[in-house]
Amino acid sequence: MPNLEATWKEASPGGVVYEAGNSVGYITGGWRSFRPIRDMKQCTHCMICWVYCPDSAVVVKDGKVVGFDYDHCKGCGICAQECPVKVKEPHEYTGQMGKVIQMVPETEFEGW
Amino acid sequence: MAKSIVKALDGAQAVSNAMRQINPDVVAAYPITPQTAIVQNFSQYVADGIVDTEFVTVESEHGAMSACIGASAAGGRVMTATASAGLALMWEVVYVAASMRLPLVMSVVNRALSAPLNIHCDHSDSMGARDAGWIQLYAETAQEAYDNTLQAVRIAEHPDLLTPVMSMQDGFITGHGVERVEILDDAEAKKFVGTYKPKHSLLDVDNPATYGAWDFYDFYFEHKRQQTDALSRAMPIIVEVGEEYGRLTGRKYGIFDPYEMDDAEVAIVVLSSTAGTARTVVKALRQKGIKIGLIKPRVFRPFPARELAEALKGVKAVAVLDRSISFGAMEGAGPLFLELSAALYAYGNGRGPLAVDYIFGLGGRDVIPAYIEQVAQDLLHIAETGERGDLVRYLGLRE
Repeated sequence: MPNLEATWKEASPGGVVYEAGNSVGYITGGWRSFRPIRDMKQCTHCMICWVYCPDSAVVVKDGKVVGFDYDHCKGCGICAQECPVKVKEPHEYTGQMGKVIQMVPETEFEGW
Repeated sequence: MAKSIVKALDGAQAVSNAMRQINPDVVAAYPITPQTAIVQNFSQYVADGIVDTEFVTVESEHGAMSACIGASAAGGRVMTATASAGLALMWEVVYVAASMRLPLVMSVVNRALSAPLNIHCDHSDSMGARDAGWIQLYAETAQEAYDNTLQAVRIAEHPDLLTPVMSMQDGFITGHGVERVEILDDAEAKKFVGTYKPKHSLLDVDNPATYGAWDFYDFYFEHKRQQTDALSRAMPIIVEVGEEYGRLTGRKYGIFDPYEMDDAEVAIVVLSSTAGTARTVVKALRQKGIKIGLIKPRVFRPFPARELAEALKGVKAVAVLDRSISFGAMEGAGPLFLELSAALYAYGNGRGPLAVDYIFGLGGRDVIPAYIEQVAQDLLHIAETGERGDLVRYLGLRE
């Protein structure tokens, strides 16, 4: 994990990162201004969002999409853009028709 | 003393001979006058199998420095060479090399920047890069250009520094001027530069590392502080390497070259080949009993502020000769004067000499001894009257 409190004497010279995969410990979700929200009931688990996500922030368990890693999702919206599945019922969070994954402004997100 | 062979070489050949002896893992370079001769000679060594360097013929200087950065991060010993517009085109990645703490060595054959188009010597190119985080060495002669190249490798790769070194010589005057150059015995030169053992390598898949990663407001500042700390520790290492080189060759190198400074009342400070002309004039004036001295800085980055202030503390008046202009700076002075003035203010205890700047030699304008004699006369007048007069003056300019 990166030492977020490293002083200038402790930081690695040249900013070299010696630990593979340590960006897991570096929380970047705060950059997000739009939040992807998936309709869990109507999702077909086609994995298109998982394939396209540039931040590996689609969490999959036992072959099923279980949610987003909001500590690293930056809200780019590629998952919602690429999501090929249209809802038959209104989206369970937004109440809108459209895709299974829809983007909601963080300022309007009220939790669910 | 180590064996050496005396040759008649120009500055470019001298540097390419040093590169031949260093035998870097990678050289990525693009030809540009007056540096072309360096990479031209060196590419012949590659073609003839005299070195086993991977020579990358890139599409531009931006590409040259970028390739060098990649090769250095991969753990190679890497060199390049450029001048003028080539260095300007490298700009972005010149900073990257220093910030990633990659120990590259780049030979710069000083040439004016456009426009108007000019291929001849001044120091606008490397002086523009003075804040890029590289160590900068300036050579007076082809011999010094050769010697500095070998030492640059040792300085850059020092584990406490890992900072790239830019090694300068004057375009055409030194770069294309044939001089007597002592080339160290190949085996001795190779022994002196040794083998580069990188701490980490991009190609070491068992110990993966990421280079040049995103560095936000939460780490960037710390890394910049580290970088400036490394440069502040460079001077003793540069001196140590220069002394070791002196034991090997009889040519000891330091921070700057003082000449007749012990009892000097007035002094001239000038970089590179013009120091040779100035020394001739100082020598002649000394024979007339005039107490004048000369300082030729070799290291410009890190700037030897304390050392120069100490060397000039007994002097009444000092003239800095600048071969470039820092446009828009105080009175349009040159970088050497600005740095020296700051040093005298910070470390001169309020008793520093009166200092004036002379801009000279832009775009290859010749510098003749009469100009230096004029500077000496001006200095004696300032020392005698205590009146500084114009802060910035021009040598050899039609007025």
